[in-house]
Amino acid sequence: MSYFRAENLSLHFGGLKAVDAVSFAVEKGEILSIIGPNGAGKSSIFNLISRIYPPTSGKIFFEDQDITQQPAYDIAKLGIARTFQNIELFENATVLSNLLVGRHRHSTTQLWQELLFLPSVRAGEKAHRRRVEQVIEFLDLEPYRDKLISGLPYGVRKVIELARALCSEPKLILLDEPSSGLNVEETDDMSFWIRDMKSELGITVLMVEHDMTLVNRVSDRVIALNYGRVLAMGSPSEVQHHPDVVAAYLGA
Amino acid sequence: MRFLFKTDYEDDIRLFPHSGYVYSYGLLLAVLLIAPYVLSSYLMSQLVFVCIYATVGVGLLILTGFTGQASLGHAAFLAIGAYTAAYLQQFNVPFPVYFLAAGLLTGVVGALVGFPALRLQGIYLVIATISFAFIVEEIMARWESVTNGNEGMRVKTMQLFGITVSRDGPTFYYLCLAVLVLTIVGTLNLLRSPTGRAFVAIRDSETAARSMGINVALYKVKSFAISAAITGFAGVLFAHKLSFISPEMFTLQLSIEFIIVILIGGTFSLHGAVLGAIFLVMIDPFLTYLKDDMPGVIAGAAATLGAGAERAGHIQDAVAAFASANGLKGAIYGIIIVVFVLFEPLGLYGRWLKIKLFFQLFPLYKRATFKRQKIYVKSERNR
Repeated sequence: MSYFRAENLSLHFGGLKAVDAVSFAVEKGEILSIIGPNGAGKSSIFNLISRIYPPTSGKIFFEDQDITQQPAYDIAKLGIARTFQNIELFENATVLSNLLVGRHRHSTTQLWQELLFLPSVRAGEKAHRRRVEQVIEFLDLEPYRDKLISGLPYGVRKVIELARALCSEPKLILLDEPSSGLNVEETDDMSFWIRDMKSELGITVLMVEHDMTLVNRVSDRVIALNYGRVLAMGSPSEVQHHPDVVAAYLGA
Repeated sequence: MRFLFKTDYEDDIRLFPHSGYVYSYGLLLAVLLIAPYVLSSYLMSQLVFVCIYATVGVGLLILTGFTGQASLGHAAFLAIGAYTAAYLQQFNVPFPVYFLAAGLLTGVVGALVGFPALRLQGIYLVIATISFAFIVEEIMARWESVTNGNEGMRVKTMQLFGITVSRDGPTFYYLCLAVLVLTIVGTLNLLRSPTGRAFVAIRDSETAARSMGINVALYKVKSFAISAAITGFAGVLFAHKLSFISPEMFTLQLSIEFIIVILIGGTFSLHGAVLGAIFLVMIDPFLTYLKDDMPGVIAGAAATLGAGAERAGHIQDAVAAFASANGLKGAIYGIIIVVFVLFEPLGLYGRWLKIKLFFQLFPLYKRATFKRQKIYVKSERNR
């Protein structure tokens, strides 16, 4: 059984088939990239997995558990974290509190305990903070701890969003175009981090990406999509030279 | 300027970041404690209203400022608190019991209002909360066996552990102050723990909050319940202060006054609730001044500028008619809201921070420090 599996996943908006009977599996500990032209349905697949949209049909399994009907907030509790294509950070909060929100799925304190800020809450806060600091160190975010998100440049926000996802200690992370809007150096950093996430933190990565250099550098396997359907699946070079993929990008 | 050198995670958790805070808030508390022995009874009465309005303001801030859910129904929560107290008092229920009962009941009602509000955003939520307030107002007027209808209810003088607490005495003031301080401390505790961060997360991006494992619906209901409960507590004190309550006290105008409290004070910090409450309570004496003294002053000025006695008399009448016109208060509230939204969206507390920074940086303050910028990062958003 695969670690993560999508079976005949479909998402239709009226007559438009954004995702059309897509099946794929992710093995534990691999980096799988989804590529495809604009509008191919890549981000829609992510939105199906994180339950922003309910699928029209099909099933999603994670660790042999059917998660198709789980409420959106339970997905994170299962250990699936994600980032967004158009950064979705908490704009009017500091970097630290953004990252601490990532710890939400691990918080155990009750409302009344928090109102009184009992020692258990204080201890919990410190434990969360310790984990957050590890992520800050991993992603070199030390200079930004107390800065408000609304004042930070795009590239930094992108990294903070990754950091927030990592703070939840996910088993599977969904990265929606991690390099979009980043310059060459920042993309380099991103590719190191993605590989380190796999090798050091043992996180399985599912990623949507346009930048083929990044895809080639980090991916174990690649899926190519077009018009909501799977065109090709395999190693990065296999997929890139697949005649259907070439046709989809260049026109037949 | 002070630079904080953080050496411990505790530095980011504690309520007073450095000793300066302890001294200044300690001083403030000392001043507030000796106030009854110094200030006139009129000012003391105003101060009690500041405490009550600020408590409601803190409650509203949790919902509107930190969770991002607008409400124009807080007058109704205040009414539920006040009526619960007045009703239970008839059965000789002691103060601590009906105080807690009022908060609890209002909290439950708040949660019930929160459920239908889950599917509503922005202006639609405002309309829903307004309709809730109208429903409550109507119930108060019609449910005569409990609320005595439009006749209103008399609220007996408070008995606290066998002591009679007069609504004008210092003990009642201390009680209101204690409720305010406890509310603020509780809210600060909440804001530095996971629940408070979940509130802020929902305010800034519901999609991201959900994808981080926050049960958005549950936390919105929690926010409604906490906000309502605090307002309910304030309602008990409100009822005692006025010693008489009737449905026409808890109208839409009162809800708007609460919005003014947080909007004028500043919606991003609890300081805003207190500053806004002070501002709002000051409007009334200002209006009285406008009504009583302004016509005479202007007529006097006109007379010295050479207008004849008869002209001056006309001017005095005209100004008096203007100052006592119906709806002047509403108009002034409206103008204040518009002016603040346009020119100082961060409110009085935001202005205070700017002034403080100006002096901290004194010769080096840059004019553009707080210039508002347009941000073009957001293109599409998932709701």
